Amino acid sequence: MGERFESVADVVERLRSVDYLADDDIASVTYLADRLEKPVLVEGPAGVGKTELAKAIAAATGSRLIRLQCYEGLDEAKALYEWNYKKQLLRIQADREHETSWESVESDIFSEPFLLTRPLLEAIRAEDPVVLLIDEVDRVEIETEALLLEVLSDFQVSIPELGTIVGKQRPIVLLTSNNTRELSEALKRRCLFLHVDYPDVEREKEIVRVRVPGIDEELAEQVARVVRSVRTLDLKKAPSISETIDWARTLIYLGRSEISPEVIGETLHVLLKYQSDIAKARKELVEK
Amino acid sequence: MLDVLQGFVHELRSAGLPVSMTENLDAMTAMEHVDLQAREVVRSVLAATLVKQQRHRPAFDTVFDVYFSLFSPAAEDRAALDLPDELFGTAGGDIQGGGAGGDLTREELAEMLLRALQSMDLDELRRLAGMAVSQFAGMEPGRPVGGTYYLYRTLRQLDLDDLSARLVEQARARGEIPDDPLPGRLAREEQEARLRELRRLVEEEIRRRLVADRGVEAMARTLRKPLPEDIDFMHASRDEMLALQRAIQPLTRLLAARLAQRRRRRHRGSLDFRRTVRASMNYGGVPVEPKFRRPHPAKPEIMVVADISGSVASFARFTLQFVHAMASQFSRVRSFVFIDGIDEVTRFFEDTDDISEAVHRVNTEADVVWVDGHSDYGHAFSVFHERHEREVTQKTSVIFLGDARNNYHASQNWVLQSLQKRARHVYWLNPEPRGYWDTGDSIISEYGRYCDGVYECRNLRQLERFVSTIADA
Repeated sequence: MGERFESVADVVERLRSVDYLADDDIASVTYLADRLEKPVLVEGPAGVGKTELAKAIAAATGSRLIRLQCYEGLDEAKALYEWNYKKQLLRIQADREHETSWESVESDIFSEPFLLTRPLLEAIRAEDPVVLLIDEVDRVEIETEALLLEVLSDFQVSIPELGTIVGKQRPIVLLTSNNTRELSEALKRRCLFLHVDYPDVEREKEIVRVRVPGIDEELAEQVARVVRSVRTLDLKKAPSISETIDWARTLIYLGRSEISPEVIGETLHVLLKYQSDIAKARKELVEK
Repeated sequence: MLDVLQGFVHELRSAGLPVSMTENLDAMTAMEHVDLQAREVVRSVLAATLVKQQRHRPAFDTVFDVYFSLFSPAAEDRAALDLPDELFGTAGGDIQGGGAGGDLTREELAEMLLRALQSMDLDELRRLAGMAVSQFAGMEPGRPVGGTYYLYRTLRQLDLDDLSARLVEQARARGEIPDDPLPGRLAREEQEARLRELRRLVEEEIRRRLVADRGVEAMARTLRKPLPEDIDFMHASRDEMLALQRAIQPLTRLLAARLAQRRRRRHRGSLDFRRTVRASMNYGGVPVEPKFRRPHPAKPEIMVVADISGSVASFARFTLQFVHAMASQFSRVRSFVFIDGIDEVTRFFEDTDDISEAVHRVNTEADVVWVDGHSDYGHAFSVFHERHEREVTQKTSVIFLGDARNNYHASQNWVLQSLQKRARHVYWLNPEPRGYWDTGDSIISEYGRYCDGVYECRNLRQLERFVSTIADA
């Protein structure tokens, strides 16, 4: 852990200094995660800044971000460590002529140079301050979840050939989930829970102003309000914060300083990605 | 503080939230690290440690508001005043003063509210909400009515519609709302948000006073609401219906993901020779990692036959919605609805991907009345037999939905008997509590005789369990 957070207000301020605007929940839970040294399970719709939060915490504390992207079929070898099989084979073949004893070969090929470190092991062994991000944890199978649990609760790994590696520090750990499946009770119990939702107009406006240079307050406010309005419609996929930002940028590039129905009509595809959603929003906002 | 926290956790558990021992301990440890004066921080921190599912958050918030209402910001600046006396200030006797002083007429209060709403001055709004409650709610100590009663009285006097209209009017007079529809819509939404805020403040104020009057435990008990998955389909209020509506979609998605995973893992596919040989290249030609083909298990076909007469309409609606949202888990879903006539409504669901619209069309367009629009299971079933029995195959599971209250018509249960021989499974879901079965005109056991299972299905939890068993079978 780099410089620790002093207080909840300190979290807000330091995250803001790296252009991340945290609301009450986000700031409090981040602070708590730092104090209790517990992992945080961050849940919420896609594109509300879950991954971004991990990056921001890393930047704000001067830590290195280690990221484990989860997917179906992720296993120990890809998450924790793996012996470099091919290199070991080469080593044995290269040794044939010298007739070295098996013991020495064995102790040789199961040593550091043949170890492929994967993100979890890397985080445990790190000497410098790190933030560990386990992204989209809901995609892995239950078995892998159990592995994660084990690592997260003790922050140590046993490698039979090398012995137990104990983490020197407890980094902040963030797990993100899009909630495509229910995570196990055990995992939830060990984590702090943070639900990130779409921001209210005030916060979204601030986010737009911070992330889109050159936008004036008036336009940012209009953008935030239109997006709120769009989100109240019954859509397949409501616009995310990143889409709001993209939209605001588009407006700036096009040189629009005010939002009119025509402007919305021609840029709606930046905000919404499904044809049926675009049609619906157009009907509600543009043609009425 | 520890006592308060223990009472709080106890109440959360009574409200149905699963709070484990470790979580409880976490919450206590967490409290050592935060400033107890900062109410919203305390809320976030407790929620992060105690609530691990977002759909339980509203229940948590209610309990939190009750338990910690006496620490609310409004309470703080009043702590100096004699609390009990001013808690029940009655109309005309506004004791609080706070600059305005003395009696305020409705108009004056409305004026001040308008100004506060315009500048969105939260402290002022909170103060005014307190005054409004003192004046209009007519709260009496010990009177056994719920908070909604006082809320209703206060809001009626405040006349939010009128306030809203005047807000719009004033904004228009200042030229903030052009006549274009779009800015108009945005401005309206902004005002709605502000009025919602006012309403929330009034609610908070009433709750705070009630808690002061009756004590925390009693108040928490009266406010206890079922979690969305425990709401009874047959007796859901309008708000609960909305909660159910919102809960259905994520539930089906979670269930579908779980089923898909379980299916895939149950048996591995056959050996994929080509990929195994390819993988063995990595290990000098030794097939260390055998590769398997992905299995493609057969999915069952579903026919849902639902009674949509008044008494069970909402149950049928949610079940149809649930099953169709799960359509990807079945090879085909066909639905039929009946009252005393029967009609196939599959097309409504297939035409659109908006399920609520489909349900609406089912309710308005389906041709389900034959004689008088009172449930007649017998007639509906015999028509079903005539028209659709041939389409039922060994792959089909037929699910009947209804309370089997047949208005003393003939049961025609031979339809189910012959169905049972053709179909893979016949199930019946009954939204009534088991204790009411076979009372009055309910003839559930006459039909149940020919079903592979009759299930009580009163809430989402039971429905979810049922769907997961048939998708697996």
